[in-house]
Amino acid sequence: MELNEVFEKVRGLFVEDLGIDESKVTMEAKLEEDLEIDSLGIVEVVMAFEDEFEIEIDDDELANVSTVGQAVQLLHSKI
Amino acid sequence: MSKRRVVVTGLGTINPLGNNVADTWNNLINGISGIDYITSFKTDELPVTFAGEVKNFDANEYMGKQHARKLDRSGHLSIYATEEALKDANLDTEQRLGNGVGVVFGTGIGGIGATEQAVRTYDERGASRINPLAITQLMPNSSTGQVAIKFGIEGPSLTITTACAASANAVGEAKNMIQNGIVDMVIAGGTEAGTTAMTIGAFAQIRALSTNNKNPKGACRPFDKDRDGFIMGEGSTVLIMESEESAINRGVNIYGYVAGYGASTDAHHITAPAEGGKGAVDAMKKALFDAELTSDDIDYINAHGTSTLANDKNETAAIKTVFGEKAYDINISSTKSMTGHLLGGGGAFESLVSLLSLKNNIIPPTINLNNPDEECDLNYTPNISIEKDLSTAMSNSFGFGGHNGVLVFKKT
Repeated sequence: MELNEVFEKVRGLFVEDLGIDESKVTMEAKLEEDLEIDSLGIVEVVMAFEDEFEIEIDDDELANVSTVGQAVQLLHSKI
Repeated sequence: MSKRRVVVTGLGTINPLGNNVADTWNNLINGISGIDYITSFKTDELPVTFAGEVKNFDANEYMGKQHARKLDRSGHLSIYATEEALKDANLDTEQRLGNGVGVVFGTGIGGIGATEQAVRTYDERGASRINPLAITQLMPNSSTGQVAIKFGIEGPSLTITTACAASANAVGEAKNMIQNGIVDMVIAGGTEAGTTAMTIGAFAQIRALSTNNKNPKGACRPFDKDRDGFIMGEGSTVLIMESEESAINRGVNIYGYVAGYGASTDAHHITAPAEGGKGAVDAMKKALFDAELTSDDIDYINAHGTSTLANDKNETAAIKTVFGEKAYDINISSTKSMTGHLLGGGGAFESLVSLLSLKNNIIPPTINLNNPDEECDLNYTPNISIEKDLSTAMSNSFGFGGHNGVLVFKKT
């Protein structure tokens, strides 16, 4: 799967599942500051990723993920 | 030193009769039932197919999906009712209310819908798929915390879970906090969103619910000989309570005074009231004493009046014990006949009814009261509201667990 396809799917999850405004979801967007996803929300995001991409994400893999782009890179590397 | 007087300066509500105070009052005085067949989930497997549901409310539309999905329905309703009440009290909902304001909410079963959903997910998909927001949605204090966050309420907060007396206790404890000078203002309310499949099924198992599936609007018949149980309702109601001097300083409208509060416990049985309503008698007497009134002074009683055999009989006996011969002269009514039983949200809702009755000099009726019961022989204001000059009102709330909370309101 191409990087931009992963991004499209991620954006779809944020908009459809989490109710986030589509225009806010860019590769540069910060999860916490820009998208208002707090520590509880991150768990939901991870669950949504795992279901959508049929993968498992360990908590320590998230240590360096703070933007949409970093999340997309991580997912891309695991698919 | 005389006690600080406590007033109500704002009201907000969302309930089976309406999504604001004006619509609710209009339906109350016209004897309209808010009870109907359940539309929010399938009832094929349930022995009861009707309830008092809140209608035409979309939480996603009201607060945006990103916020709405973090809360259980009980929380959505709480924030909605609080916003109306704050605006009614001329308070700015965009500013943080700060540490001079407290919040006390009552609820019977909190985010029970979230609990049910989480259990279903666990059974179907395992622990790793449980909604990470489940705990924060289902905990009984969720509404209190979410209301505090939304409106920046930094003073003392409490959540009271005394079943169907919960928000009567909330209003009473809020009164005491203000009277004792702990804070000048408390957002006091109740919330419940227990119209869910498991909850209705479970209440039906203990034969607490009416099974009059053929006639939902006629099913809730407090004090009527043919009553056969209560009807589950949902909703939230909020009162802005403050010291009289705070209200005068702010120059805002005063609905009335929260003059007395009495609480007691049956210590008898987990669901059945004590014979003769002994605990209810005690709470009513304490509320009168606290209000510095006697039984001769009460003009209207908003009864607990659930439409169960046991409550209505024992509440009637308790009123007779407290008021003696005068019991036959007082106008009593059960507005649950129209709303169903709002459980932990009931006491706050019925406080609203009592205050609006005082303000408008109108007593809403007990609807569906057609066949007198010899054990329920008082004046329950059957079927049609009446106009009457009112100075004082009492509101009764009794909960499973044996909790009794009684409030007395005064016009001036």
